[in-house]
Amino acid sequence: MATGHTDHHHEETFISKYLFSQDHKMISKQFLITGMIMAIIGMVMSSLFRLQLGWQGESFWILNFLLGDKWAPDGILDPNMYLALVTIHGTIMVFFLLTGGLSGTFANLLLPLQIGARDMASGFINMLSYWFFLGSSVVMIASLFVETGPASGGWTVYPPLSALPQAMPGSGLGMTLWLVSMSLFIVSSLLGGLNYVVTVINLRTKGMTMTRLPLSVWALFITAVLGVLSFPVLFSAALLLIFDRSFGTAFYLSDIHIAGEVMERTGGSPILYEHLFWFLGHPEVYIVLLPALGITSEVIATNSRKPIFGYRAMIGSILAIAFLSFIVWGHHMFMTGMNPFLGAVFTFTTLLIAIPSAVKAFNYITTLWKGNVRFTPAMLFAIGMVSTFISGGVTGIILADSALDINIHDTYFVVAHFHIVMGLSAVLAMFAGVYHWFPKMYGRLMNRKLGYAHFWVTFVCAYGVFFPQHFLGLAGVPRRYYSNSEFPMFDDLVSINELVSIFAIVGAIAQFIFMFNFFYSIFRGPKSSANPWGSNTLEWTTPVEHVHGNWPGALPVVHRWAYDYSKPGKDQDFVPQTVPLEEGELDGGAGH
Amino acid sequence: MITFLIILSIVLAVLAVGQLMRVFEATSKLKGEVSPLPTDAENKYQAKMMLVFLFGYFSFFVWLVARYGEFLLPESASEHGIVLDNLLDFNWYIIILVFVITHVYLFYFPFKYVFNKDRKAYYYTHSNKLELLWTTVPAIFLSVIIVYGLSAWVDITMDETPKDAISIELYPKQFDWTARYAGVDSTLGNSNYNMISTSNPLGVITPASLAQKIAEIEAEIAEFESELSLAPEGGLKQEELTELIAKRNRQREKVKSFEALEGLNRGNDDILVKSEFLIPINREVAFEFRSRDVIHSAYMPHFRAQMNCVPGMVTEFHFKPIITTDQMREKTQNPEFDYILLCNKICGAAHYNMQMTIKVVEEEEYNKWLAEQATFNDGFTVSDETATTEEKSESNEISMIELK
Repeated sequence: MATGHTDHHHEETFISKYLFSQDHKMISKQFLITGMIMAIIGMVMSSLFRLQLGWQGESFWILNFLLGDKWAPDGILDPNMYLALVTIHGTIMVFFLLTGGLSGTFANLLLPLQIGARDMASGFINMLSYWFFLGSSVVMIASLFVETGPASGGWTVYPPLSALPQAMPGSGLGMTLWLVSMSLFIVSSLLGGLNYVVTVINLRTKGMTMTRLPLSVWALFITAVLGVLSFPVLFSAALLLIFDRSFGTAFYLSDIHIAGEVMERTGGSPILYEHLFWFLGHPEVYIVLLPALGITSEVIATNSRKPIFGYRAMIGSILAIAFLSFIVWGHHMFMTGMNPFLGAVFTFTTLLIAIPSAVKAFNYITTLWKGNVRFTPAMLFAIGMVSTFISGGVTGIILADSALDINIHDTYFVVAHFHIVMGLSAVLAMFAGVYHWFPKMYGRLMNRKLGYAHFWVTFVCAYGVFFPQHFLGLAGVPRRYYSNSEFPMFDDLVSINELVSIFAIVGAIAQFIFMFNFFYSIFRGPKSSANPWGSNTLEWTTPVEHVHGNWPGALPVVHRWAYDYSKPGKDQDFVPQTVPLEEGELDGGAGH
Repeated sequence: MITFLIILSIVLAVLAVGQLMRVFEATSKLKGEVSPLPTDAENKYQAKMMLVFLFGYFSFFVWLVARYGEFLLPESASEHGIVLDNLLDFNWYIIILVFVITHVYLFYFPFKYVFNKDRKAYYYTHSNKLELLWTTVPAIFLSVIIVYGLSAWVDITMDETPKDAISIELYPKQFDWTARYAGVDSTLGNSNYNMISTSNPLGVITPASLAQKIAEIEAEIAEFESELSLAPEGGLKQEELTELIAKRNRQREKVKSFEALEGLNRGNDDILVKSEFLIPINREVAFEFRSRDVIHSAYMPHFRAQMNCVPGMVTEFHFKPIITTDQMREKTQNPEFDYILLCNKICGAAHYNMQMTIKVVEEEEYNKWLAEQATFNDGFTVSDETATTEEKSESNEISMIELK
């Protein structure tokens, strides 16, 4: 270990280094591995309910083995457990993998390293952020084991279904634990987010102006701003729900007669919950997506050996998307009976988002044009991400249209749309990020051949799972149905479900290629050099072995933007940000 | 035995992975220095895979359309649905065009510009012209989509319901639907959740149902009071019974206050049906939705109609059916075909099986059918006795559960 920073450097015990670490690089690894464990649980859940959906009512030994006689008697999934699996799968994937896991990993790893800072603004708050995240993960997993089952009202947990234990078994203790877990999660997100925002604003190194920041930093920074502004609203929604469940209030309840009894509490409205939930819920989509776009920008530029096209337009579109994401939440609620005029306004604002999104997609494609494309596994995942971003994005135009939403609201069309545009894009980008920055995290290289195999199986299966679901939706199949066999009109579509389930299970098994590659390479992968991909950004100027304070000597000074790849007149096809501008040389990001 | 086999297979799997790792290490040692970057051969191979994937992806799309295209929803059975279907088609033309063009470039460029160490990439940072182009072109297309979409939306949801429309209330609970027709007076009677009982599942307020509900509550109070007199002094049971009696008293006051409502007789001629309801062709049908317990959603895919049913709220949707069930059976060449109403908002364990059949018929048949149905008042007085006892036993059961 280098010793440039006696003020930071001290002997570390196992506990302070690996458990209660305040070093952003270690916290990033903690987030990544916790996120991976949660992702495996969420993925296994999806495989289990895909068994039921693909072969409805058939008996599977594995279901009985994993869920027991109560939830899968004779190997047939219980409808309540089906809803529970769908609910927790959604919660884990949206929040624990793609919010906590994605932002937690890459904001922690990249922000200080790419802006030239010694660490986060507050290492201690950063540590707290991880520990709240771990706590909320543990509570969420614990909720799987309660007698009445985990929360089962869908990941959006709309009351009154989620508010009344009489409505379904999952609305008992399981739901209480869900709310506790989410409250802890929100605390974690807020602590992390504040830290990221402060770090980017205050700790940029000399010369690192806002218009020289890599797009990954811009994306993670704006993501943190979105989280800080929207998560408190989810917290209030959860808090009021806790009150309704436990303290006899009626924020969300009115005129209810359930289990043979009249409920005396009146005056509230479930629609209030929907507004509060989606006020977070929609920015949340971009909390998931923006980091993915940021990672993709870095990976595509680096591996095309070409500047990202339209750097300023990319920043502009991030800002535009972030702003618009706060005024579109109503498009989740077109069918709640809200004032049609309001619906029209939300349709308008929602469709506007397509413009900055289109700009981003076109700019990625132009970056590839006349590039010098190196197909690292990270690059494949990044190209895949642009593909899913487009494929899922275009169907958003249909769903944003309140008139068209009348007939496809809550059908499989919605499931296909958001899984492709948000789920797949973010997961593929997360893989791209892991393959790309693995040498930075662990000082070793992952195996490339396994990376290729992992990409192609994952990518093909991902489309195999979600693309056919558009057709289910257009045939009118509602989402969250335990079985479609009660409706003869869906009989012709049985084979789609089978196809989807086969792709889902093969795709899930393929993730073990990644897991093996990842853990094997941590310990036995070939050693990496300091800058294996020939990148410009600052993180590749740090030594391979991690040191406290990131740079052994003085902090680097930045002289240029992050995208001087293949600049004419240079010997190499990259020029790190730390290289001073030559006389008369213009900085590429300056926008002239 | 099975447990043993599982443990055995796990152990074998771990051993296999261990072996794999050793082989792996041996080969990477043989190769010596490992370059982080793909070799030329790998680059070329992956570049070709880009085109293979592009071809495969488009083929999959075409195959799905060919294989399942005919199983999508049949033509719209409602007037406004035709507008929506045209709007959807218009959207598809634009979307598929964008999808195909962008994907061709996205996968063709990496193929064409695969890494070559003797070549340098084109240093192209930005182009205001190009960026302006692909901001304004999508903006123009989107304005067309927005204007077209919103005009359809306004037509469907913001127009006045015609006066001669048939009023039907769709009322969901966990896990079934009831349809209520307005009857001869074309007006739905008042209703309130406090009025719900077995004989009155929708809580319709009429003089007869009021009297019966009050009698029922008073009978319950009497029963609780007799139980209370037997309950041990100061015990938990006593406390709960006292509370229950107070609650029933409050409910009775509430119910009594409905006596002052106007138009109490409007509900007498209402007609309640389960499992199947009829609507006449070419007449506007105005639906109202309430919900007894949790949020449900009334989804009638063949009519391109949907609306959430929210407790504490009345929501509305209206449409005009234009194809009868019989006509649709001919069109789809499926003698079993039926229009359906299904629940499309997660509502609990049996969410997946909450359905009602909708029959669209000629007006004469509709009128004949409607005349045969018992009115709310008929059904009410007839089943009065039996229902009360049923309800009693049901509510007793529940209070027993509460007391536990």
